[in-house]
Amino acid sequence: MNRNNTNWLILIIFLLGIALWIDLSKEITLANPFNDTALFTRNVEARLGLDLRGGLQTLLEADLPESATIASGELEVTRQILESRANALGVSEVMMQTAGERRIVAEFPGVSNPEEVVASLQQTGLLEFVDMGTNPAAPGTLIKTDFAQSEDSNSTAPAATPTTDLAATPTTEPTAEPTTDPNQPAETIYHTVMTGADLTDAFVSTDQLGTPAVSFTLTSEGAVIFSDYTSSHRSQYLGIVLDKRVISAPVVNEPITDGSGIISGNFTAAEANQLAIQLRYGSLPVPVKVVESRTVGATLGEESVRKSLIAGVIGLSVVILFMLLYYRLPGFIADLALISYAILALALFKLVPVVLTLPGIAGFILSIGMAVDANILIFERLKEELRAGRNLRQAIDLGWSRAWPSIRDSNTSTLITCLILYVFGNTFGASIVKGFSVTLALGVGISLFTAIIVTRTFLHLLLDNLKLTEHPRWFGLEETA
Amino acid sequence: MNIIRNRYFYFLISLLVIIPGLIFLIINWVNTGAPLPLGIDFTGGSLLEIQFEGSRPAPDVIQDAFLKSAPESDPIVQPLGEDSYAIRSRTIDDATKGQIVSELESQHEGTVTELAFSSVSPAIGAEVTRAAGIAILMAAAAILLYIWYAFRGIEHAFRYGTAAIIAMLHDVFVVLGVEAMLGYFLGWQADALFLTALLTVIGFSVHDTIVVFDRIRENSHVYRRLNYETLVNHSIVQTLDRSINTQLTVMFTLFALALFGGESIRHFVIILLVGIFSGTYSSIFNAAPILVVWENREWTNWFRRPERSRA
Repeated sequence: MNRNNTNWLILIIFLLGIALWIDLSKEITLANPFNDTALFTRNVEARLGLDLRGGLQTLLEADLPESATIASGELEVTRQILESRANALGVSEVMMQTAGERRIVAEFPGVSNPEEVVASLQQTGLLEFVDMGTNPAAPGTLIKTDFAQSEDSNSTAPAATPTTDLAATPTTEPTAEPTTDPNQPAETIYHTVMTGADLTDAFVSTDQLGTPAVSFTLTSEGAVIFSDYTSSHRSQYLGIVLDKRVISAPVVNEPITDGSGIISGNFTAAEANQLAIQLRYGSLPVPVKVVESRTVGATLGEESVRKSLIAGVIGLSVVILFMLLYYRLPGFIADLALISYAILALALFKLVPVVLTLPGIAGFILSIGMAVDANILIFERLKEELRAGRNLRQAIDLGWSRAWPSIRDSNTSTLITCLILYVFGNTFGASIVKGFSVTLALGVGISLFTAIIVTRTFLHLLLDNLKLTEHPRWFGLEETA
Repeated sequence: MNIIRNRYFYFLISLLVIIPGLIFLIINWVNTGAPLPLGIDFTGGSLLEIQFEGSRPAPDVIQDAFLKSAPESDPIVQPLGEDSYAIRSRTIDDATKGQIVSELESQHEGTVTELAFSSVSPAIGAEVTRAAGIAILMAAAAILLYIWYAFRGIEHAFRYGTAAIIAMLHDVFVVLGVEAMLGYFLGWQADALFLTALLTVIGFSVHDTIVVFDRIRENSHVYRRLNYETLVNHSIVQTLDRSINTQLTVMFTLFALALFGGESIRHFVIILLVGIFSGTYSSIFNAAPILVVWENREWTNWFRRPERSRA
């Protein structure tokens, strides 16, 4: 047996084994043989796009004139704020990505209340000064406050009209004691002293030590509240909280009575600037509006998955049958390659992971047809070489080498189209177009491997072990050839 | 089999398909201001698909519900399947849509299910349209360059690229024409998926053409003394089995998708079927014969002795 082919066979079986393992499991884990810990864990559940599982997709665009330039970091900050806001709503698996220079794509799988989600995204963010008591919360901590608690069922004040509420309860009850179930200390609800509505300005400055800091000034009302609070809470922590996330929690060193203050906290110049922007604009460094929204109900999605699976199985079966009937033995081997293709492609989609959308599945099914093309090209060449009187082994080698340039050039042009589709889809957050291009491109790539390497290895191995040379009919040729 | 000898006959068949398509593109343009009925992806607007348990209400009821919450929304109500409606309108936001659905829920006895809702602002639509044009031009340019590069070894490499692009444009016009007819008779609208299908057809068309050209490239090294016409014809015939079989396998999978893949991708799949059939036709009967026409500079004879080239 040819050693080269044996090596290929081992590689193929190895790859197929791994692929099958991935195809059949929801999570893969590699155990460390020396102790029992996992070296590598990855969730490989098939990811379905919103059109298949149902949910909401929105495209948000900067609500600024076309001519306004948006600093590269600002859109990213906006995205992060929106993401934490969406997470605070309790929507799971939110995915947000910036698309181009002015847009953000947001996907919310399985939400049943798209109206609320969209409304919360467009709301300007909520800045709060929170009484943290003795808790020096680390920046980034998500906390709950008693101000317009959206999850709080007995709250009567909706989040939309906060200012009136604030004037009524300024500093009368400055306790930072947990007010929730004592069994869940993580759910502490802190008291909001005042909100960003009382802020007039915020700008970058430096503190006594010369490190960047953020200075702010307050309205006269705010100055009174702030003065009262800082007088009675010396040495306690004052949380500066944006969209329920702690930005910094400085200690109150002395009463602040002049309606201005400074927030210091080892900021870099860029961080201080970002914070100042966040304070000034309430929240979002870039205001956004919804320019596109798509909701798909879960039922429609389920039906689509079922139907396209059926279509895929039928399409694959017909192609397999056709190859077997037309090309006989090589056709059978091409079928094996095709099944390997399906196994490998599915594993790769799960591993990358590629989010499967309806057009994505169509792209995959289309690539089944194209996967066979390389084999058809090769087998037609093989037949020609056999007719020209070459022996089988020569014919196989020549068939492959002569078919290669056309396989290479034709697939390259398909890949070029995929690339352009991908860029197009990415710019507009059109995940359906993007999904199609990714699955088609991966499909083309894998099909080159299976059609060329897998088919050739199997065919050579068969030749080595059987006396096929005496049966031209097995290759779809007349006996007299 | 001599395909090259009958080249003008095959060109005629192509024209017989493309010209009616062009006529419908013009009719649509005159009627609606756009050559294709465009979906909300390109024009902006909203599309709501809604399903009613039991018997669905009359279209007027839906229309009224829309006008009540959004007087300016200009809704067009179309039945969808047995128990659903698709309603196109001017862009409405999610909150307004919520009002309309709850209005319908209050009037209908059974459950009302919102199947899908899309809303695209007109500005985005216009930008998508522009980008779609750019995407197609970029694809054409990139492919032309690639073919030019891949065929750099043989004489007149540029001709191969150009012929492939002409064949590709042929397929683009066949697809656009069929879409225009479908739009005219069945009210189908071109959406982002249509664009995806069109770009796939472009990729496939060139894919197919390259296989034929590759054989010409190879044969031109082997049969140096053969005249060009015979060489091209020989190359087409040699690749014919492959062209037909590949065509068939792709068609099998597409037919399976069209028949069993469900309503939401049927339009997409039908456009792909048309385009891929056209793609195979154009690579055999247009792209390669164009090379011969170019080699012989036949356009100098077109108006003097047209009968000679058809002989």
